[in-house]
Amino acid sequence: MSPSTILLDPTSELVTAERQLLPRLSSLAGKTVGLLDISKPRGKEFLDEVEQALLALGAKVKRYAKPTFTRIAPLELNQRISSECDAVIEGLAD
Amino acid sequence: MPAATPSYALIVKKDCPTCALIEPVIAQLAARFASALSVYVQDDHSFPASFPERIDDTSLAYSYAHNIEIVPTLLRLHADGTEQARIFGWDKKQWQQFTGVADLGQKLVAFKPGCGSKTLDPGMEAVLVLKFGPQLLKARAVALADAEDIMEACFERGWSDGLPVVPPTPLRVLRMLRATTRAADEIIGRVPPDNVPCSVEKVAINAVLAGCKPEYFPTVLASVTAALQDQFCLHGLLCTTYFSSPVLIVNGPVTRQIGMNGGVNALGQGNRANATIGRALQLLVRNVGGGIPGGIDRATLGNPGKYTYCFAEDESDSDWPSLAMDRGFERGDSVVSLFAGDGLQGVVDQQSRSPESLAKSLALSLRTVAHHKLFAMADAILIISPEHRRVFRQGGWTKANVRDALYSELMIAGTEIVRGAHGIAEGMPEKFRDKILNKFRDDGLHIVSAGGKAGLFSAVIGGWVASGERGSQLVSQKF
Repeated sequence: MSPSTILLDPTSELVTAERQLLPRLSSLAGKTVGLLDISKPRGKEFLDEVEQALLALGAKVKRYAKPTFTRIAPLELNQRISSECDAVIEGLAD
Repeated sequence: MPAATPSYALIVKKDCPTCALIEPVIAQLAARFASALSVYVQDDHSFPASFPERIDDTSLAYSYAHNIEIVPTLLRLHADGTEQARIFGWDKKQWQQFTGVADLGQKLVAFKPGCGSKTLDPGMEAVLVLKFGPQLLKARAVALADAEDIMEACFERGWSDGLPVVPPTPLRVLRMLRATTRAADEIIGRVPPDNVPCSVEKVAINAVLAGCKPEYFPTVLASVTAALQDQFCLHGLLCTTYFSSPVLIVNGPVTRQIGMNGGVNALGQGNRANATIGRALQLLVRNVGGGIPGGIDRATLGNPGKYTYCFAEDESDSDWPSLAMDRGFERGDSVVSLFAGDGLQGVVDQQSRSPESLAKSLALSLRTVAHHKLFAMADAILIISPEHRRVFRQGGWTKANVRDALYSELMIAGTEIVRGAHGIAEGMPEKFRDKILNKFRDDGLHIVSAGGKAGLFSAVIGGWVASGERGSQLVSQKF
């Protein structure tokens, strides 16, 4: 059983054992897309451009920001984004 | 050519007083047989200190391979290492004869029985089969990361109904499989909605998830076999917007053997067998069949029984036929029956002292299944409690009398139940206005006994509104 624990798959094994991505949106029209700024310098300017591109595709945009890029997003922020948005784009790195 | 000198293998454990007793014997055998003697130690490799060439068998590989049941065991081996003969425990004369060493253990007591081999410690057999036995498990192995929480991992992979599951380790699954004589790779059917072939092993994995003890496994297998009978119509039942889901009723000796509850709080919480057998079927449908709420499962409201809905019938009254007997089985048969049902509706009658009054009273409540004015759509199970059964018995009624009376009471004029009657749009189509209808189709009302000894309460489990040949019928599986 070491080093890692082995479990036996209880499913039909029709899908891979890796965790699955959520279903992708087929269209952005009318959907709300969250833009999460991780609070690194110049992230805001970059996401401004992304916002314009999304609006042009018919999406609604909501903006969010992490308090600091050094730490994971607070649970409350994650819950707010998942309840208010159909999709989220997280601005990573420089 | 001279016969090859036999070799010997002695299997001991330090924890065994008989093995400790014969330590001087080991020295004598070593002097006589030299390298033709091997000593295997099951528990503590520091033993026997007087024989430094001892072999560590704490893995029990050698003991398992030679099916050792008692220590000490002395094997006489052919040149190829296969067994020629064995003795076990300590019997001085027998050992002297077996080894040809006339003064073997001369100072020891004549006889002392041995101890159980570590291979027979509780739970050890499955551990050893997993390590050294034939590879039975074919399901995909899912490796967790070192820091992953094992319980959370099961949730994250979607294996749970929302409550914690028992992580299906290979050892637990193997223990489950050892409770049946059926082969792990036997396909017991295709599970809807994905219609995937389902092996006995997959049923075992889901039984582990559900929290079943291995001794429940034959009942779980029978319930899955029943669920896959065509008349049960599991596929349609999974997809429906209606409340229904499988309800399991277990009859016969197995209910007592595995400690199922058909008495106080029979349909409630607290009995492991009731709770986990029903849950195993639900988890199998989810995991193997792919019947996920919001996916193919379109229930408007569902019902709490979709976690688990399983109980034993109270068969303490030998004059009262059980559900299984109504379905043609004997009282001595173990049978699981599946009904497409929804939540529980209580029936209070604390005043009836005559069978006639009580039958009318129960019939009134049965009329409300699905809707007061919808007839022959949904089957039902009437669960009669001990105190209500007593009213019938004291009035001289049999179960057949109860059934007949309910049938009569449930015949209703179409004028009462057609659409629009009593100012209610819902009801039977207009074409039934001049007919007399029974609330239930033929074979649509099942009567079961269960419950605690106190309480003049019975209960109704309403069936799926697609009951009968067009949908689901009660099915039974003997095992």
